[in-house]
Amino acid sequence: MNYADLFRAMLPETVLEIAALLVLVVDLGFVRKAALQTRVAVASLLGIVGCIVAIWGVYAAGNAGFSVDGELLLSAGRIAGVAQVGILVLSAITLLLLVGEEFTKHVGEYVAVVLMAAAGGLIIAAAQDLLVIFVGLELLSLGLYILTAFAKKSGKSAEAAMKYYLFGGMSAAFLLFGFSYFYGLTGTTNLEGIQTAIAKSGPTPLLYVAWILVVAGLGFKVAAVPFHLWAPDTYEGAPAPAAAFIASVSKVASFALILTIGSKWLTLQPDSTSGLVGLAVALHAIDKTWTQLAVVLLFVSAASMVLGNLAALAQVSVRRLLAYSAIAHAGYILLGVTTLPHYSTAIAEFPLIVGRIISVGNSANAVIYYILTYGLTTIGAFGVVGVVERATGSDRLDSFLGLHKRNPILAAVLLVLFLSLAGIPPLVGFWAKFNLFAAVLNVGAGPAPFALVALAIALSAVSLYYYLQVLKRAYVMPAADESPIKANPVTTLVLVAIAAAVVIMGCFPALLQNWIASF
Amino acid sequence: MNDVATGFSILTLLTVLPLAGALLALFIPRHARGIALITALVGLAMALVVWLHLPADGSIGMGERISWVPSLGIEYHLGVDGLGALMVLLSAVVTLMSVDAAHRVHHQPGLYYALVLALESGLFGSFTALNFFHWFLFWELSLIPAFFLIKLWGGPNRGPASTQFFIYTMAGSVALLLSFLAVFLSTGSMDFTELTALAASGSLTQMVTAHLGAVMPWLAMGVLAGFAVKVPMVPFHTWLPAAYAEAPSPVTMLLTGAMSKMGVYGLLRIAIPLFGPQIAAIRTPLLILAVATVVMGAWAAAAQKDLKRVFAYSSVNHLGYCLLGIFALAVPASGAAAQASQAAALNGVILQMFNHGLTAAALFWFIAMIQFRTGGLRGIDDFGGLRKPAPVFAGLMGIALFSSLGLPGLNGFVGEFLIFRGVFPLAWIAATVSVLGLLVYAAAILTVIQKVFSGPVPEHWAKFPDLHHSERLALAPVIGLMILLGLVPQLIVDGVNPTVVYLLAHWRF
Amino acid sequence: MLAWCIYISFGGAFIAALLPNRKPGLVRWFALGVALLGLLHAMAGFAAGASQGSQVLTDKLWVPAMGIHYMLVADGISRVLVLLTGIAAVAGILFSWNVELRVNQFFAFYLALIGGVYGVFLSGDLFLLFVFYEIAIIPKYFLIAIWGSTRREYGAMKLALYSFVGSAMVLIGLLAAYATSGSHTTTLAGLAHAGLPVSFQMWCFPLVFVGFGILAGMWPFHTWAPTGHVAAPTAASMLLAGVVMKLGAYGCLRVAIGLFPHGLDPWSFTLLGLASWRDVFALLAVIGIIYGALVALAQTDFKFVIGYSSVSHMGFVLLGLVTLNQIGLDGAVLQMFSHGVIAGLLFAIVGRIVYDRTHTRQFAELEHMHLARRMPFAAWAFVGAGLASMGLPGFSGFIAELQVLVGAWRANPLWAMGAGVGIIVAVAYTWRALQKAFFTDHVPGAHELEAEKAHPFAPITWPEVAGVALLGISTVAVGVYPRILLDQIEPAVKALLGGVQ
Repeated sequence: MNYADLFRAMLPETVLEIAALLVLVVDLGFVRKAALQTRVAVASLLGIVGCIVAIWGVYAAGNAGFSVDGELLLSAGRIAGVAQVGILVLSAITLLLLVGEEFTKHVGEYVAVVLMAAAGGLIIAAAQDLLVIFVGLELLSLGLYILTAFAKKSGKSAEAAMKYYLFGGMSAAFLLFGFSYFYGLTGTTNLEGIQTAIAKSGPTPLLYVAWILVVAGLGFKVAAVPFHLWAPDTYEGAPAPAAAFIASVSKVASFALILTIGSKWLTLQPDSTSGLVGLAVALHAIDKTWTQLAVVLLFVSAASMVLGNLAALAQVSVRRLLAYSAIAHAGYILLGVTTLPHYSTAIAEFPLIVGRIISVGNSANAVIYYILTYGLTTIGAFGVVGVVERATGSDRLDSFLGLHKRNPILAAVLLVLFLSLAGIPPLVGFWAKFNLFAAVLNVGAGPAPFALVALAIALSAVSLYYYLQVLKRAYVMPAADESPIKANPVTTLVLVAIAAAVVIMGCFPALLQNWIASF
Repeated sequence: MNDVATGFSILTLLTVLPLAGALLALFIPRHARGIALITALVGLAMALVVWLHLPADGSIGMGERISWVPSLGIEYHLGVDGLGALMVLLSAVVTLMSVDAAHRVHHQPGLYYALVLALESGLFGSFTALNFFHWFLFWELSLIPAFFLIKLWGGPNRGPASTQFFIYTMAGSVALLLSFLAVFLSTGSMDFTELTALAASGSLTQMVTAHLGAVMPWLAMGVLAGFAVKVPMVPFHTWLPAAYAEAPSPVTMLLTGAMSKMGVYGLLRIAIPLFGPQIAAIRTPLLILAVATVVMGAWAAAAQKDLKRVFAYSSVNHLGYCLLGIFALAVPASGAAAQASQAAALNGVILQMFNHGLTAAALFWFIAMIQFRTGGLRGIDDFGGLRKPAPVFAGLMGIALFSSLGLPGLNGFVGEFLIFRGVFPLAWIAATVSVLGLLVYAAAILTVIQKVFSGPVPEHWAKFPDLHHSERLALAPVIGLMILLGLVPQLIVDGVNPTVVYLLAHWRF
Repeated sequence: MLAWCIYISFGGAFIAALLPNRKPGLVRWFALGVALLGLLHAMAGFAAGASQGSQVLTDKLWVPAMGIHYMLVADGISRVLVLLTGIAAVAGILFSWNVELRVNQFFAFYLALIGGVYGVFLSGDLFLLFVFYEIAIIPKYFLIAIWGSTRREYGAMKLALYSFVGSAMVLIGLLAAYATSGSHTTTLAGLAHAGLPVSFQMWCFPLVFVGFGILAGMWPFHTWAPTGHVAAPTAASMLLAGVVMKLGAYGCLRVAIGLFPHGLDPWSFTLLGLASWRDVFALLAVIGIIYGALVALAQTDFKFVIGYSSVSHMGFVLLGLVTLNQIGLDGAVLQMFSHGVIAGLLFAIVGRIVYDRTHTRQFAELEHMHLARRMPFAAWAFVGAGLASMGLPGFSGFIAELQVLVGAWRANPLWAMGAGVGIIVAVAYTWRALQKAFFTDHVPGAHELEAEKAHPFAPITWPEVAGVALLGISTVAVGVYPRILLDQIEPAVKALLGGVQ
């Protein structure tokens, strides 16, 4: 156990923890008597500085990763590196959104929890071992539960946190149970080790059970059907910056984790004789695009897409609408994940790393691209919702009436972000979807992939309807109250920057793609 | 193609000039009538120039030919022979008469005269066109001003009358268009001269049959239907009485004087040259219809109580003679005598076109004058003994009436005579039955003269104003022309006959 | 030169959004200036490209990973349609001179829509074409939803969703073609030469054709069109019917027929007399022509007549496209231009000149308003526009429809006969509208005359006259001298057919 290596591999997490402690110290020790906004500013600033230093840490960690006894515990570079930088950037932005918020007096604690949760996210983005995964996951999740409950004055916040916590605890149990089966089958907790062991020993029906349990746990994190029930309440109850964090950072981390696990395990073959497996085998026989394990993800993905979009149609609360749309987007992304275990020979830009992590070709890049841009857009969306909520007192659709008059900049930002979520060019959301669907079709050109992509695109059309409902309120319908809505200048600046980024990245998609590839 | 001695595109100028006048009249409504008069006079002068420069051999002269849309065989191709030039002259004369007759248009005069001039342009255009597209363009374009002239300035029933007019003529146009499209699809040409040459050599039928099957008879009927509506021929004539009656009289002058000739011209320029054998094949039914037109027209004229309707039906009757002549000559010529008869018939038809145009226009002018003097009355029984208070009027109108009747010495006689002269040897039954029409019509006209001009004068007409000086001055040339052409028909025949010979030589039945 | 049309429009849109709403005059003149500048570039580009054939205006690698190029190409067809867009854009602004509500946003959305349309016509890369196509959807939604009239929110949403579904179908086709072609590029030229297998084209072609056809108003996917046109404000309906529907037809031509020509090959079986996708779409086009015309004949709302007539006229375009012969395709493209101008003129008269003054579009009420006497300019302008719409010789529609008829006849005489029926019904409904709206036989009573004197209509303003003049001159010029456009269209069609065969 080389502690120097460990330190170097965990540099980003360490920085965040130190920053968290620093924030606590400064807030509790030095600026306790200052005005709330000053404390918020100081804490956010410290947190952002921490994130920036952590980003440097990611780069400094290099590509080596961290191994013990030849087994990789933490990877670095490539997907992990991209995800980590993404997490840090998004966390910093959510901290910026904290400016102007008044939902809590415990500013230092809030920022510290955010940073610690971000650290948890960093861990799971890089983790290669079951126990490390679980540790990181719990660090992230516990942080998120606390953040959800932070608006002490709001009953919804408490209720949402409770639901989130109970649900999360249960799914963590499922995850652990699944992990324990994998350990039991192979005797090792290392992802790669498990893969080689099962590949050597041959198929077994227990694998399927284990896999489904793991999917349950992971599905909860990304709010996929049928593990999504916490999402609408949490999105609705949590304070806006916290909701933004949950919707963006935790998703990035979780999907990075799914990518990691998927790239290792989706190629595994369960026993082909057992009845449980029969259905999957039959499906696999129809279209060889997917491996048997990936088929489970396929069901989850399709169900998420359908339920997420259809349920969003009926919502009157914008936060819940965003929650269901998040479920739908999770569905799209999972579709990309299901085609992971295929290697595209056409793109040779992505070199193998240390011989350990297998090249994951187009799908992984497309997934990462999608989740990063989605995260950014969602933060912006919650930022706008937060401002409107503070001014009007609710996040119902009707609060947005006449927004174009009350705050034209905010309305313009809303327009850009929601259209990006709907997938309208030339915004980045369109490109992300296109990229993802192209990656899916690139690996399999049979009727089933086409059908699923067609389903996804058709549901995108449905999503346009409910996004337009919000935009309609903002731009078209007459307003009852036309008094101007004032937003904090910092918030406005951040939101405009996000919108601008969405537009620019949409017009020049190669920018982000090249950066991802350069890792 | 011979180009005119003056060396410039006189036919284009002739067609465009009334349009220019129309625009001027539209924007300067206060002087609209003056502008229209001047334009009409210049048009008449140019028409005379054209008439005097016809090629001696009766072929088409003053040609202009520019490629327009080659992929559709559309060319800007103009030219006139004796027939066309005579029709151009007629149009110019009738337009001048019509403008003169409309001396007080209360309601939007600028628009009125603009439409009249646009109509004249349409007439000129269709009489000088030698490519189907160009011809069809002006055929349709003349329809629009006529429709609006009836619709906006007409009598109480103008709505249905104009509607009927529009629908009938449109339906005929569609039949024409479709038939010509078929011809184009088979031959790739829309040019009248080319198609006539093809038909004369027999290739047209071959090409059409090769491309589309045995549809030539249908095409012939389509084309005939289009013209039958315009002439009109029984039973497609039902639009005419209402339209003529509801239109203001000066407009009716145009309708009967010039527009009706478009139909006969079309038969001579398009139907007969291209579909000769097909028409010859159904000659007998066509002759029956022509005779029906003659007789029914006369009979109906006799039965009318409204002067305008009397003369509306008289137009049907007179144009029936044209139809008679045309269908009678649609036989393969079998000897010099038959050829002479054909020539006579064709000469008669063309003369009749001109003379009837002149006479009918004059008659409606007189009706306009009566209406103006009596506040709109025009029933036969409304008047009586007008000869006493208005002798000059009665005298001049009498001349016109007798010319319509066909009295020798007046212009109406020559055409009818030549037609009968030609038709008797070629289709004596038809000719004989048509004589019935002559007799009935004579009776009708004499009745009109008797009821309107002779007999006792009712009290309220004792002060019926006679013709003013200006009116006399305007009418004098017209009446004079009627007498002149009656006594010296060579003035026209000399110009027309070479064309007749030329045409007959190039037609094939 | 032509590429600047796009940039000027988008730039103008952005600036217009920032102009103050308190100064509507400034915004209007600015927008007019931008549109005129675009028109000038379009005309200059048109003239410059006269004998050039296909020109590549820009070609930059945009997303190297997928071989997507930012490629702008102009051939004769594109140049003609860009010219149409320029004319329609200027006319639309002229007829929106009286918009008072949120003027800056109105013209911002308007110019953005125009920019998107320019982009589609000039795209040389399928992905870029799709992007511009989608960009055009959102401004349409807002233009109708905010400034429209009858049932505007419903009409706008219907339009947006139908368009989006259509473009979704195109996206699937695009992705499929990209995945199957193996040529690793999305340029139109690249995909056309990719040698896509016939079996693939057999299902991709109808998918993409229908996807674009939805926007072109192909029966039975046309139902958004009448609702949308009626709901839209005048300028938007002018653009919708005049230009946006042409986007769909252009997509059918450039993408569906250009990239998947073998989709039109005969099948190995015959179903109900149809033996290929060509037969199917020809049938749908002819049904659209006749159905649109018949329904137009039965309408009681003036604007609905024009809306359904647009469906009918677009049927001609689609029919011309599937004839796959030179003259049919020439006619289809010419009809795109011709109908664009004529529909614009019709909607302008009905919407701006008549409705803004009479506040009704119902024939029953218009009949009693004696519009021929009180609005002579509108009446005569409509006469001209109606004659053009009927296809009278001398206007651009005659040549276009004639070419389509000849082309259809050469492909299958039955199609030509069906289309011919449509022309006849077109005469009927146009004439009915003319009669009922303007030239009624109803004689006014004394009190009606007094009421008219007490409430006269607002006089015709100079922008309306200018707009009518612009559109009227365009259709007459092309009608009298169609060679202006045909000289550019014919070589481009020839090249396209050569590639297809």
